[in-house]
Amino acid sequence: MQSVIGSLEINNILLRRWPIFFLLLLLCFFSITGTGFFSLENFQDIFLASTSVLLLGIGMTFVIISGGIDLSVGFTMGFSAVVMASITRDLTLQNVSPFISILLAILAALIIGIFIGLVNGYLVAFLKVPPFIATLGMYGIAHGAALIWSGGFPVGNLPDILASLGNRYLIYYLPQEWISFLSMPDNVPHSELRNVVRAIPLSALFVIGIMIFMMIVLSKTRFGKHTYAVGCSQSVARRSGINVKHHLLKIYCISSLFAALGGVYYTFRYGSGNAEAGAAHMLNSIAAVVIGGASLYGGTGNIMGTLIGALIIGTLQIGLVMLGVQPFYQYIAIGVVIVVGVVFDQLSQGKLSETD
Amino acid sequence: MTPIISTKKLTKKYGGLTAVNEIDLDIFSSEITAIVGGNGAGKSTFIEMISGSCIPTSGIILYKDKSLPLGDPLAIRHLGIETIYQDLSLAELLDVPDNIFLGREKFKRKLGLKVLDKKFMYTESKKMIDKLKIDIPFLDRPIRFLSGGQRQAVSISRAIYWNAEVIIMDEPTAALGIQEKQQVMDLIRDLKAKGVTTIIISHEMQDVFEIADRIVVIFHGQCVAVKEKNKTTIEEIANLIITGQGA
Repeated sequence: MQSVIGSLEINNILLRRWPIFFLLLLLCFFSITGTGFFSLENFQDIFLASTSVLLLGIGMTFVIISGGIDLSVGFTMGFSAVVMASITRDLTLQNVSPFISILLAILAALIIGIFIGLVNGYLVAFLKVPPFIATLGMYGIAHGAALIWSGGFPVGNLPDILASLGNRYLIYYLPQEWISFLSMPDNVPHSELRNVVRAIPLSALFVIGIMIFMMIVLSKTRFGKHTYAVGCSQSVARRSGINVKHHLLKIYCISSLFAALGGVYYTFRYGSGNAEAGAAHMLNSIAAVVIGGASLYGGTGNIMGTLIGALIIGTLQIGLVMLGVQPFYQYIAIGVVIVVGVVFDQLSQGKLSETD
Repeated sequence: MTPIISTKKLTKKYGGLTAVNEIDLDIFSSEITAIVGGNGAGKSTFIEMISGSCIPTSGIILYKDKSLPLGDPLAIRHLGIETIYQDLSLAELLDVPDNIFLGREKFKRKLGLKVLDKKFMYTESKKMIDKLKIDIPFLDRPIRFLSGGQRQAVSISRAIYWNAEVIIMDEPTAALGIQEKQQVMDLIRDLKAKGVTTIIISHEMQDVFEIADRIVVIFHGQCVAVKEKNKTTIEEIANLIITGQGA
């Protein structure tokens, strides 16, 4: 009897924690089959490939827990990226110091994000427009605005310091020779550059710091608790004294703010702005949140789950490329993982055994 | 006797439909007042206006001779009026302490941050549930895993934890088993013994006549009778509910 209960418990844990087991399985599989997959450099690449999805996913986690969806995040990211890049470029050309230019440009990009969030939130919370429709409208508006702003071309010619900061590592290390922090020594010969170990990207530290802060907000604060309550039932939340309209407004602002942060992150990483910067990330960020255990009906989900979801997507993308699989198959693989994830979620909650 | 709650020409209209029509009613302190009426008579709308989850179209509500902040459920709860809704108004995916403290969470300072004091809320919830003698083995499981009686207990705990002076219950015994129903009835009597004013909405005439001091009949949104229990009969109340007129 005890062994039966034990095996049921194990099944339940496997079903509920499947994303982490699946991620470990993927890492083992690609480490065995892909040459050079199991390396510090590659793991850092996977994390960096996942960071844009993660940034968008953090905001999306709040929206999905509240029972909504935000389809505008991808082009909000692109719009913020072109705004940041063009302001940085223009101010630098006006002989404003790069530091001030970048700071003002970041501020402008984030304000764009908050403004888009306010519009989305107002439409959803006050005008009762379904989130799918409200943010689909903003999806088009942000895309068009970004293309108009940039003229349809990537915005380049930015100060070198931007990409230099965005691609900097905490530790540079040449085995048995030297170790340096934040930058490489000036006198490293070209022949040795390939052997320099770069550990812990600063951009990753930045994203991890933000992620931990938002984890605390979601799991330990009143705001987080109210987000779950609104997702469970807006009428229950309202009767409990929660100002549901203002709460939803804040949630959509958070989502767009994180999309704008994604744009800022992109500009630092690639040293340019692009209207299409986040086009591919919108669906992936929703996928990361869902794979991480959030329900599209609202009320469940967490940021750790979203992190694992984003890492699964990043691992699949890089692992399949390293195996020489045609990139088109990535879409199929991610699609299958989403469907499997939702089925596992249903199984773990016993929903499939309920009679209709 | 001075009333603790008075409504003056309280009205609620939804477009062309008048759900509650100029109700003048006094609710007296430490009494159990039952509000009865047919389906769609306006009972729930009437109490939702008192609880703040519905804003009246016109009229006022006085609580201890002062105007109630209409449409502000949290402010009304802070004043000491708690409501247990027919659907129990519980967040299904949150656990018992989260539900009891929803909207009025307790905090502690940690590294300068104001974070939820989950331990305190759990301990207090456990005390409340134990006091009601309802067995809920795992308070940290989502509400949706609890039985009807257990949910009712959580809902009642949420109301009485905050030392409410007035508790409004919408169909408190609906969908309960015999034993659970008796527990709820005993609890309502306990509340009266402690001086809590209770307003209940019920379709169960037996329950109403068992516990109520005063019976209010609402018919098509209007208050058609206020009867002391000892001076009326089930037949008279039933007739008022059906026809809106006394025998």
